[in-house]
Amino acid sequence: MAKQIQSPLPGTFYRKPAPEEPNFIEDGASIAVGDTIGLVEVMKTFHEVKAEVAGSAARFQVEDEAPVMSGAVLVEVD
Amino acid sequence: MDVTGKALFIANRGEIAVRINHAAKALGMTVIQGHSEADADMLAVRLADRSVELGPPAAGKSYLDVARVVAAAKDAGADAVHPGYGFLAENADFAAAVESAGMIFVGPAAQTIARMGDKVAARAAAIEAEVPISPGSEGRINGVDGGLKVAAEIGYPVMIKAAAGGGGRGIRVAECEDDLRKMIPQAQSEAAAAFGDGGLYVERMIRDARHIEVQILGDGTRAVHLFERECSLQRRRQKVWEEAPAACLSDAARAYICEASVRMAEAVSYRGAGTLEYLYEPDRDAFYFMEMNTRIQVEHPVTEMITGIDLVQEMIRIAFGEPLRLAQGDIAMTGHSIEVRVNAEDPSNNFMPFPGLVGAMHIPENVRFDTMLYEGYAIPPFYDSLLGKLIVHGADRNAAMDALQNALDDISIEGLKTTLPLFAALVQDKSIRNGKATTSYLETWLESHTIDAA
Repeated sequence: MAKQIQSPLPGTFYRKPAPEEPNFIEDGASIAVGDTIGLVEVMKTFHEVKAEVAGSAARFQVEDEAPVMSGAVLVEVD
Repeated sequence: MDVTGKALFIANRGEIAVRINHAAKALGMTVIQGHSEADADMLAVRLADRSVELGPPAAGKSYLDVARVVAAAKDAGADAVHPGYGFLAENADFAAAVESAGMIFVGPAAQTIARMGDKVAARAAAIEAEVPISPGSEGRINGVDGGLKVAAEIGYPVMIKAAAGGGGRGIRVAECEDDLRKMIPQAQSEAAAAFGDGGLYVERMIRDARHIEVQILGDGTRAVHLFERECSLQRRRQKVWEEAPAACLSDAARAYICEASVRMAEAVSYRGAGTLEYLYEPDRDAFYFMEMNTRIQVEHPVTEMITGIDLVQEMIRIAFGEPLRLAQGDIAMTGHSIEVRVNAEDPSNNFMPFPGLVGAMHIPENVRFDTMLYEGYAIPPFYDSLLGKLIVHGADRNAAMDALQNALDDISIEGLKTTLPLFAALVQDKSIRNGKATTSYLETWLESHTIDAA
């Protein structure tokens, strides 16, 4: 059963800390509790999204720079 | 000049789009509202005669896309484009593109925007017009050595600023020579990355000053001032509370800085509404020019409240070629006005943004509330947090403070966290009541006060 990590806020989702830097988490990687999986920009401020569950084989459900609603599933892990 | 029946395209969103809509309708114009996918429900779309979608929610793909906005306005049959503030309002390429597409840009000429947008060129223009500036480099500094030489002459601490910066962006403070040696190369590469221009200049650091700005209207030949505003209450260099006039100025200081601002506006053949921003040190009775903003400003209503002049209507008339209707002697000020910025932020939780669903609203009588809100509106998270501006007027500053207190007691906006509780606390603060707050006051105040949630 896949586990999900959701966006705590509505806004724009970023997979990397800055445009020229690598993704926080690559597809297929493992995630530990507390890992930063991305940023959500809400009203011009940036908030880190921390994993509250651990898992492997990360599958991102949202593209970099995509708009997200609060509760949107960002990534699934096993 | 009769603008009745002309079509105005509003290339902006939020409360300023609503404000521009009202001005255009009062002039008998047709309003075409541009909007992103996320803004299809916004109040300005509902109030417009027509609306045009500009693209995805991200501003870079909609409101900031020059080619797309120009094409949308042209295809919609617009005669003129109003850029509001922010977004493309001070983008010289946008102004030029609007004009070359055969439409009127409601603002100054593209070359004026470019000249004032280059902070070194603006400073040079200020010197030429005998507008007071802070001691600093005459133009761009020539590397680390050039910076050290200027700093040795004017004394530390100094501010290192990006020539292409502005609005508080790209500023560093060097307390000593070692700082400056380290900071100049960093500031250079940062400015090159952020603004595409690594040019820097150095100015004496002015601590504990008041932020004073002068409102100008010009028609390209002649200019008038509409007195000044004070915007010293700021958080993270963003204004939160503005007043007109500035109670800390003597009549002589007011006349001096307003006349200097008119000289500068006329020297650059300024067309439209513009603002010259200064720092003012009361102890020295000295002003220092910071920058000129070549657009309508967020806080323009306090000027309208004391002068009775509709700045947005005037800038539209001027854009359509009408000469300035006002002589300086026609412009008088009455009473005192205060504006507070109602942001979707929670002041009890470090100003965390709160893009929620607007519930029941009660807006007091006898106040002006320039807003994007309506009951049932879902605030999109993609843009800045300004929801509206609560504006009061009184016979004098004390009366205006009382009016603000009453309005804050009465106003309610359900469903959201807003900065209203912050203002309910600030309006009772003795230093603010007594007009003693400088630009560092609010940040310091916030360190020692907590705001109860609404």
